[in-house]
Parts: sequence; C-alpha cells; structure tokens
Amino acid sequence: MEAIKTNNLTKKYKDKTAVNKLNLTVRKGELYALLGVNGAGKSTTIKMLSCLTRPTSGDAVLMGHSVVSDPDRVKAIINVSPQETAVAAKLSVRENLEFIARIYGADKKQAKEKADKMIEDFSMEEIVKSKASTLSGGWQRRLSIAMALISEPEILFLDEPTLGLDVLARRELWRVIEKLKGKMTIILTTHYLEEAESLSDRVGIMSRGVLCAEGTAAELKAKAGTDDFEETFIRLAGEAVK
Amino acid sequence: MRALTFASRNTKELTRDLLTMLFGIAFPLVLLLLLSAINNSIPKGAGPTMFNIENLAPGITVFGLSFLSLFSSMIIAKDRTTSFVLRLFTSPIKPREFILGYTLPLLPMAIIQTAICYACALILGLKFSASLLVAIAVNIPVAVVFIALGLLFGSVLNEKAVGGVCGALLTNLSAWFSNIWFDTSMVGGAFKAVADILPFSHAVNAARAAAAGNFDAIFPDLWWVIGYAVVILAAAVTVFSLKLKRN
Repeated sequence: MEAIKTNNLTKKYKDKTAVNKLNLTVRKGELYALLGVNGAGKSTTIKMLSCLTRPTSGDAVLMGHSVVSDPDRVKAIINVSPQETAVAAKLSVRENLEFIARIYGADKKQAKEKADKMIEDFSMEEIVKSKASTLSGGWQRRLSIAMALISEPEILFLDEPTLGLDVLARRELWRVIEKLKGKMTIILTTHYLEEAESLSDRVGIMSRGVLCAEGTAAELKAKAGTDDFEETFIRLAGEAVK
Repeated sequence: MRALTFASRNTKELTRDLLTMLFGIAFPLVLLLLLSAINNSIPKGAGPTMFNIENLAPGITVFGLSFLSLFSSMIIAKDRTTSFVLRLFTSPIKPREFILGYTLPLLPMAIIQTAICYACALILGLKFSASLLVAIAVNIPVAVVFIALGLLFGSVLNEKAVGGVCGALLTNLSAWFSNIWFDTSMVGGAFKAVADILPFSHAVNAARAAAAGNFDAIFPDLWWVIGYAVVILAAAVTVFSLKLKRN
C-alpha cells in the first residue's frame, strides 16, 4: 500500500523552481531516505508533505489524504522531528512529551501513559524532571524524536536527525531509528550518506528540484558502477547537474 | 481544548521567567508609590488632581497593562525563531487556537497585576469599595487590547524589534495619549483628536469611572476599548494565519 504518492508536486518561489513536478511513491512501513546537495529541493519537499507550505501546483496524497484539499487530516496522522532541536526550553522532559500528546488529542491520563512509554523506550528516566534547555545536544535530539513519536504518527518525517551530534550520540540515535522500522512510514533527510545507506529501505536522490535517481542503496551503487555509496551519490547527483 | 493545552505551556514559559514577571508587577507599583509621595508633598489644592490616589491608581493599573504587550510579543516572536514552532505548525493546532493560547495565560496576570496595584493604593489612602472589583473587571478588555497588540507585532517582527516597538514605543504612546500623566485636552488640537481616536484614554476614563463607582460613565469609553480589542485580536489571528501560510 502507498503511504505517500506525489503527483507533479511543484513549488515555485518567484522565478525559482524549488521542486519541479516531483512524482514520488513511498510504501507503507518503508524508511525512505531523501538525499541531495543543499538547494536540491528536499527540505521544500518535506515542507509540502508536512503541510508547512502549500504546493504551487500538483498534489501529494498521504494515507489517502491530500495536502492541498485536506491538510487538517494530514496533520493528524503525521509528525515531524525538525532539523534543529524542537523542544520547549523551559518545560521538563515529561512536560514536553505530555504537551505534544495532548495537542494531538490525548486526555490527561492518556498523555501521562504515552509519556511514560516514551520515557521508557528512550531510556530517559534519569532526566525526566530536567528542563529541556539543560539537556545535552544528544538528549535534546532524542527528546525531539520522542515528541514526534508520542502521537503515534502513521508517517514520520525525520529532518537531519543526527546533524551536529557526536559519533556516539549519532550511533545511539541510529539504534532508535532502526527500532522504528516497519512500525511506521519514515521519511529521512540526511547529509550523512552512511546513515542513509545503513538505515533506509530505499533512497531517492534529488537535484535541482527533481528526483534524479531512486532505488535501494545496492541498486543505486550498481547503477553508478561503484561499491562506494558516497561515490554513487556524487556520480548520480553530479550527472543530473550536467 | 488544544488552545487550553497550548495556553498551559505558555503559562509555564511565562511564570518560569521570574525576572520579567517581577518587573511587570513591580514597575507600576514603584510609579504609584513615587507619584503618591510627590503628590502628598504638594499642598492640597496647589497640584493637579489627576495625581490624587483615586485618579492615579486606575491610571497606573492601565499603564501597567501596557507591559503585557511586551510579554505577549516576546513569547510569540521567540517561538517564531525556533524549530519548536515548526513542530506546532505541522500539528493540528489552528491559528485562532495559537492566538487564544498566547492570550489566555496573560489574562490572570493582568487581573493579579491590577489587584496588587489597587491593594497598594488602598494602603496609600484609596477608600475601599466594591466598585474596585468592577474596576478590575473593566481592565480585562483593556488587557486584551495590549496583549493583542503584542501578538500582532510579535507575529511580524523579530525578538529584537518587538523589544523596541512594544517595550519602548508602545508604552510611551499609551502613556502620552492616556490622560494618566496629563490631561490631553490641555494640549488640545490634533493631539487631543489622536488621543480620542486611540483606545488608551478611553481605557483610563473607564477604569476611573468604575473605581469611583460611577458606573453610568463606564460604557461609552469601554465600548471603544472592546471594539479595539476585537479588531486587533482578529488582525492578530489573520496576520498569524498569513505568516503560517507563507512559511
């Protein structure tokens, strides 16, 4: 079953076309990594899919709901972990989690139960009363992802989830993301190619607003004629630029 | 329900910034104490009557509310600069729920601030009467005007700019055109005309009438204030919606 299907999805800012007639299909339960150099259009694509910005033309359907005609239904079934850590600084870890749960419709008791589960799943017992602003970058990012998961979204957008983290914190988050695979549809954007290769079921490479290559990491490597994924990316994204 | 949840978060954010809270409450009290002391040192009948405690106290309560603009503009402008707001924009919260969620936590603050001002005024010689409770209620739409102005500016300006606009410009404008510090009819002309159009002098007139128990005189002025509150709040929702769509 298709979780996401875009139909000639386009976004123009004045004279610049950020995303041009994108046709993308993501299957339910799949972890799909969207790669591209800066300005390739992946952030704009995520913004359109998460109803942050309206497409100039075309449409995207998420679990049967259009981002153009039915954004409220889309917002109810998705959640986003933005690129920068998105937590309420003066709220504690538990308060942040319960706040998001309640925004998505949980009552007080349900919100507490959901927060308990997230605290356990993300091993946050020791920091549960700490204010978000006092946490390290790794813990803040982990909380940010837990806040995205507490609404039990059908589609989760992870925008550069490990950006700026040290290698240990990054590997720890990889383990968290791996555990989520198959439970929900995940769209991952990242600049770390080894992250995309390691975690994703399929990879899409965007360049200049269009999807220039798509497939499993192995398929893309075969297409580029190399065993190195970084070289694969350079060849495929570079080819599209020529 | 979502608006109340969001309001609860904003209440926590505001009340955990104790320095700002204390400044908001203490500054009007300091003014009240200083001006009362000055007024008491002037022989009776020689100074202006507007600094008598029965005139001064309602005026100071209204002036104190102008700081709510700073608080509301700062919290919305601060949120807009963080990724936290992106998370909220992708959630099911609607623009009117955002604005309500930013407004509600500041209303109890407005009531507490006004009550503390009147309590201080009682110590300074203001006679207690039940009409003071009406005066506190009259300040609620006045508070909405100031909160909505802050939300409107906070929706379009950055954190640094709202400090200047709401912290300096708005508090000065609301003071000059309010009838608190001097009678605008003494200046007359265009100045008086502008003062009559803006809501600030009407807010002070209504507060003074309520505190004096002159209830018939509240409403011509309070209608102005309520009208401004509705229009500015609607403008804040509209501007916030537009900013959200243009994200």
